[in-house]
Amino acid sequence: MEGHEICYEPDDRYNAFLTTCKKATYGPGKLTGVAVAIKDNISTRGIETTCASKILKGYIPPYDAHVVELLRQSGAAIVGKTNMDEFGMGTTTENSAFGPTLNPCDTARVPGGSSGGSAAAIAGGMVRMALGTDTGGSIRCPAAFCGIVGLKPTYGRVSRYGLIAYANSLEQIGPMGRSVTDVSTLMGVIAGYDRRDSTSYNKPYTHTPCADVKGLKVGIPGEYFGTGVDPKVATVVNTAIGRLEELGATTVPCSIPSMEYALAAYYVTCTCEASSNLARFDGVRYGPAADSKKSWHDAYREVRRAAFGTEVRRRIMLGTFALSSGYYGKYYAKAQVARENVKKDFARLFSEVDVIAGPTMPTVAFKLGEKSDPLSMYLSDILTVPVNLAGIPAISVPCGKVEGMPVGLQIMGRPFEDERVIDVAYAYEQVVT
Amino acid sequence: MVTEHEVTHIAELADVGINTAELGTFTHQFNAILEYFDMLDQVRGEQAFTRDLCNVLREDVVEPSLSQEDVLRNAAHTEDGFIKAPRVM
Repeated sequence: MEGHEICYEPDDRYNAFLTTCKKATYGPGKLTGVAVAIKDNISTRGIETTCASKILKGYIPPYDAHVVELLRQSGAAIVGKTNMDEFGMGTTTENSAFGPTLNPCDTARVPGGSSGGSAAAIAGGMVRMALGTDTGGSIRCPAAFCGIVGLKPTYGRVSRYGLIAYANSLEQIGPMGRSVTDVSTLMGVIAGYDRRDSTSYNKPYTHTPCADVKGLKVGIPGEYFGTGVDPKVATVVNTAIGRLEELGATTVPCSIPSMEYALAAYYVTCTCEASSNLARFDGVRYGPAADSKKSWHDAYREVRRAAFGTEVRRRIMLGTFALSSGYYGKYYAKAQVARENVKKDFARLFSEVDVIAGPTMPTVAFKLGEKSDPLSMYLSDILTVPVNLAGIPAISVPCGKVEGMPVGLQIMGRPFEDERVIDVAYAYEQVVT
Repeated sequence: MVTEHEVTHIAELADVGINTAELGTFTHQFNAILEYFDMLDQVRGEQAFTRDLCNVLREDVVEPSLSQEDVLRNAAHTEDGFIKAPRVM
């Protein structure tokens, strides 16, 4: 079987792909011949990897990310690299240096982000499954906006080796697909220990989804249905939770008081980590050439100003400011306290309930260009970032529509209980399809 | 409140460059975002501490890695097997 290839030339009307592999080879294995798309911040040997940034235009990684090695070993055909917000910084995929991706459900709207290309490629029928990455909701948001399934695994469960880092303490690679079964299958391929990621945890995923939720206790946090959440979205999600009750689950009202500070804690943490991570892009070892006749700072600044997008420069500057002398205690240290409070709130709740459910996003997909102010864009991540701060698993599964656009039901679970959130999503999916 | 002067200084520290046309917008947006971040002043609780975690280290021994050719392939300027960088002084 080694050396088989498929011819892949999709009609990419949504700008979901940055690179497609016309001839994609595959071998034997669990995913033999299945076309899989990879988000463009995951390294693929011999295939251009740009993070949707001009600063990596032309960069051909000399090695595969761990997850890509595993996909190749499983027989998958890697058919292309998907569009995204530059370095994962965004909620709409409009921050790509190579143009926005369109939402296949309504091309006047965004697909969500930052893994918008992966979600659109699945929703548009171009691939069955894809990899995304989730730093503050970047798998779950586009899954919700495009009407597909996306899992943000427990931190440590999937190796980050070969993922081009943006905010190491928050981000995870995860599976996206048309169905919970596909997401579970892909998770089975990519999860497991890797010594090259020092945060890797040895817990492979060998689960088959099971639709039994009898006796399951589902926490319903008031904060997920409060201010800022579109009442029509809340109604659709409440109806979906009602279906889980019909299947034998019981719901328990609960509260996550630390959510008040979660978004600020998240943005301080991720911009600080970004300011450090993105210092490596200097136009010297890869990317557009720095002028070697100029002095270091002049050459470096020139390349970075020209090749980084506005949002990337904004976040690097915010992080630099928050870590600068005199401000560290006010911003970064306080954000870590707020982060610990989020973890404690989840730990307390998970001693009383098995999973927590709510909407994935407060609204349906925005119109292209609708959110131009950075702070109002950040605020739309409020329901997804707590999961990343706590490192817990969460899945988004389609649960209905508002004004013709898909709504996602988010199921959050205890650390390393990815299997359980998959099961709950699977149970829901079985009753509605 | 951060001033345009401070934003210019941060852009210098971060080596991302800034021009006068964008300075006003960046400063305005920074102030809105930092005002939002200021709510963290109200946070009560203890700094996270490390539990049940250990450093993951390996022995410092040579292992197979990428070839010099592979490593240099993406660099714009190379010379005699080295990467050529802008002058530091």
